[in-house]
Amino acid sequence: MAVEQLKSEVTGSVWKIVASIGDDISPGDSIMIIESMKMEIPVICEDGGKLLALHVKEGDSVAEGQNIAEIEI
Amino acid sequence: MMKPSKILVANRSAVAARVIRALKELGIPSVAVYSEADKNAPYLNQADDAVFIGDSLAAKSYLNEDALFEAMTRTGATALHPGYGFLSENPIFAQKVIDAGHVFVGPSPQWIEKMGHKTQARDFAKSVGWPIGSGSELLPDDDQLVIEMARSIGYPLIVKPAEGGGGIGMLVAQNEDKLLSAIERARSMAKRGFGSDALYLESLCLKPRHIEFQVIGDQYGDIRVLFERDCSIQRRHQKIIEEAIAPGIDRSLIQVQCEGIARGLRTLGYDSLGTVEMLYDTAGHFRFLEMNTRLQVEHGVTEEVLGIDLVQSQIRIALGERLKDVLPDDLSPQGHSIQARIYAEDSKRFYPSPGKLQAFEMPVGKNIRVETGYCVGMDVTQYYDPLLAKVIVHAPNRSQAITQLIAALRQTRIEGLSTNIEALIQIIQSEHFTSGNVHTDLAMEIVQQANRKRA
Repeated sequence: MAVEQLKSEVTGSVWKIVASIGDDISPGDSIMIIESMKMEIPVICEDGGKLLALHVKEGDSVAEGQNIAEIEI
Repeated sequence: MMKPSKILVANRSAVAARVIRALKELGIPSVAVYSEADKNAPYLNQADDAVFIGDSLAAKSYLNEDALFEAMTRTGATALHPGYGFLSENPIFAQKVIDAGHVFVGPSPQWIEKMGHKTQARDFAKSVGWPIGSGSELLPDDDQLVIEMARSIGYPLIVKPAEGGGGIGMLVAQNEDKLLSAIERARSMAKRGFGSDALYLESLCLKPRHIEFQVIGDQYGDIRVLFERDCSIQRRHQKIIEEAIAPGIDRSLIQVQCEGIARGLRTLGYDSLGTVEMLYDTAGHFRFLEMNTRLQVEHGVTEEVLGIDLVQSQIRIALGERLKDVLPDDLSPQGHSIQARIYAEDSKRFYPSPGKLQAFEMPVGKNIRVETGYCVGMDVTQYYDPLLAKVIVHAPNRSQAITQLIAALRQTRIEGLSTNIEALIQIIQSEHFTSGNVHTDLAMEIVQQANRKRA
């Protein structure tokens, strides 16, 4: 079991968190949606795994490359 | 023409710069407004007044009605130009401007309301005989009823917000299994984006072209259709390359649409600048999509082929001039014009890329026109849409326009953030685009193919 940090690919703010801590995320599913420049960018968990922690909440600003969630894969 | 003492431009960036320029050419004093993020914008110096209206967040500045009215009072402005986006299609705001005794540079609020509501607009289109695709009324809450409505239209279909725009909340349902989840997601996006979760369904037109018609009417019942633009090159339902005229469509088909649109709008007296958007399917049929009751981002290509100024015309009509005095009697498209929108987003996935403009060198040339509200050193923030600049070329024919546009884009140098310039060049150079074989999924297909090659 490895713990992976999920990073934001864009600078923006957290519009919506669509998964909960403890959820088993299927490969390709979204964890949250980041809004930037009037676009909604989903944060996708490519390989799937268990959502261990969320480092941000709805409305928070995020920078590109910032750790936003922890996944156990 | 009854000139107002001053016109306030309730917008930002490229469109604010464009409207301020038109006002200057008309000899009308202008008032620019700006948020914290735009305090160093170059067009602020071009306006006669520049008023700070609030924080960077649009709700605190460009959507802040109190701040805009206060700026009008403070500067003595007696008219407001809304540009596009922000408050340009808000009928309640337009009415407030009029009730305060000012001129709203746009159509009567009833038109904004009628066309802003997509099912009402469809009903209007139907009533005046414009072609429409099959679709539903507003969706009820009852899932079973919705499923039946969808069956009667047939799959694939598209779920659309009734009061939406810009492609936000539009979701495709390929089959019945996907319908309810698409509706649920669309409802939440629509509620948040437009304050209304009203949705309707439309049959999905596969590989359509997006053809739109520029219209202009005055306050005395005169109306003209200023031909078409092809805006098929889109990403996420938003246009990135637009051209006039549409390549490869029989002019007699265009003429029929122009006449039908003029007839329909004349019956109810459309009284400003607007655009009637249609889809053109592979079988050669048009269907009504929506009408935008404002200036479009892509108005420049129509201006280039007709040799007119649409923004000045829009302002003069709002101030009570007659269409026959504003535009020449005889207009026909000359040559070919293409616009590319340079966005602050990467060329692979079109992800937003805010940042500081370390370099910002725009192309120059005889037939090149650039519309922008940015300059070197400015921050491009996450708060607004990613449009950095519009590069417009005008040439004797389409293939020369393509060559010039590619050269112009190659001349453009932007550093400090990612741009879509590479993707624009890939698309414009593609065989599909150069042969005029365009459709609304083409941009994504070309970019995905380029990504696969790279990988």
